[in-house]
Amino acid sequence: MTADGLGDIWVIAEQRNGHTKAASYALIGRARKLADECQSRVAAVCLSQGVADAGQLAAFGADRVYLLDGPVPDGWNDDAYVKELVDLARRDKPGVILATSGALGLSVIPRVAVALDTGVAANCISLDYDAQNRILVQTRPAFGGSLMANVVFPNKRPQIATVRPHAFKKGEPNSARQGEMIRVDFDRRSVTAKTKLLNVVKDLTEKVRLDEAEIVVCGGRGLGKAENFGIVAELAEVLGAALGTSRPPVDDGWIPYAHQVGQTGKTVSPRLYIACGVAGAPQHLAGMQTSEIIVAINEDPKAPIFEVATYGMVGDLFKIVPLLTKKLRETRG
Amino acid sequence: MNVIVCIKQVPAKIKIEIDPKTGTLASGGVDRAINPPDLYALEEGIRIKERTKGKVTVLTIGPAKADESLREAIGYGADEAILLSDPAFEGSDTWATSHVLAKAIKKSGQFDLVLCGKQSIDGETGQVGPMLAEALGVPFVSLVNKIEELGQISIKVMRMSDEGHQLIEMMLPGVINVVKEINVPRIPSLRGLMVAKKAKVPVWNAQELGIDPAVVGSAGSPTRVAKVFFPQRPGKSEMLQGNPESQVDQLLEKLRQTKAI
Repeated sequence: MTADGLGDIWVIAEQRNGHTKAASYALIGRARKLADECQSRVAAVCLSQGVADAGQLAAFGADRVYLLDGPVPDGWNDDAYVKELVDLARRDKPGVILATSGALGLSVIPRVAVALDTGVAANCISLDYDAQNRILVQTRPAFGGSLMANVVFPNKRPQIATVRPHAFKKGEPNSARQGEMIRVDFDRRSVTAKTKLLNVVKDLTEKVRLDEAEIVVCGGRGLGKAENFGIVAELAEVLGAALGTSRPPVDDGWIPYAHQVGQTGKTVSPRLYIACGVAGAPQHLAGMQTSEIIVAINEDPKAPIFEVATYGMVGDLFKIVPLLTKKLRETRG
Repeated sequence: MNVIVCIKQVPAKIKIEIDPKTGTLASGGVDRAINPPDLYALEEGIRIKERTKGKVTVLTIGPAKADESLREAIGYGADEAILLSDPAFEGSDTWATSHVLAKAIKKSGQFDLVLCGKQSIDGETGQVGPMLAEALGVPFVSLVNKIEELGQISIKVMRMSDEGHQLIEMMLPGVINVVKEINVPRIPSLRGLMVAKKAKVPVWNAQELGIDPAVVGSAGSPTRVAKVFFPQRPGKSEMLQGNPESQVDQLLEKLRQTKAI
């Protein structure tokens, strides 16, 4: 692969229960537009077995769909995924590899990059084609979202980027579009894995995952005690939102760490973020300030959360939040 | 068990400024500290050392000033610290950073486990741990929140997954990155601080590490920051006035208008 042109654009299409995630569809849509700008091709690369919606991947913009359909020994496949992607990339030489910034982006993708002797632009929020230099320009936040950087790959190929959920909106499928299905048989048992899954603990009962949620309802120290999380949990439920929190409630044992948003927790960027009783320490803002719409409810008018809020409500969250839940429930039947 | 902990020195305050003349980060005169997520890796490394009567070596890449953070790590209880410093390393991306760390780990001798924090608070990539594992040719497990068992040839770790947790066995040597939930870091002891003050912290440069300067730093890194800029902030917050009932009605109206709900 030479350094001019984008070459084939691969999107790692992630599935859950056989269905491709919305973020992967959105990424395929973005890749399609980029490919149209520079006359490249788009391939969706499915790592999982039994992809129920493989045809849809073409409708959303993939010219080719790779189905890496080897036997899956268990729910932990990092070592196999790395080997498969590296082998496939060496064979078919994509110019660009895109993936979402979730679990794969924090483990498999960086390992693939090193094996292919290239880098990663991580957690990007936008991807643009620089026609003059014929390269991809990746935009990513740093310093807790207070700074943006344009990252480029001057020479190395493939250009690899991980992209945050909600960075792009899922487009409309075009059912007339057909894609070539390429089945890649791969015996995952042949990989000499140095890691092995021993046990799975499904202890997250939440239906909505924090990193992927379109709406996040966050409860902070202002809730006062663990029992009061019920009122934000109810609001989250009626909105179909994920439940988040700031650091103090986790440190006080009110709610598990998996819900923590911020510098030492998760970074989220939903369409709507509702902060209830969250003061807005810089460490918390770092994990959520790139959200599209931020609603802040706090009794302290000087709380820093209001500086990043789209809509601010100074008042008693114990009155405002249940009222909001009630009115939403009424209109939603 | 020989444990290596990789840390990064970062600005102590998250607020940053851009030098209007050069358009790059104005980093002069900023207080620096150990990257907070790395403190959990350091604490876990020290705990493993205490349990196995092993050794903890701390590595960082940075200018001469980064020596302070390494001494701080010794104050917490690390046995040795090595500063990887060379003008050629400046501007290294995640690939080049993991390349330098891998060379240093190989040079430092036999190791069992490398610990990293989840991500740095400045670059926020979370890529160096997995890249380092690949560069060393050893296994990697991300988001570890508990070490269940330390064996001679493998360790068992609990990691955070989409559905909850997974118990993974990893062959040694290997690399893991850890999350905050794994421990509560200690406070450095007075004795530790005394030891840290007197400790010898060697500095290894590119030549000593056998690193070709052409493949690291801003010139050699696979990725390059072409431009930095402040994100466009939406205008001032709109404060919704009135009693709770009216505030809630206004909010619902706004959210419906913008199709947020």
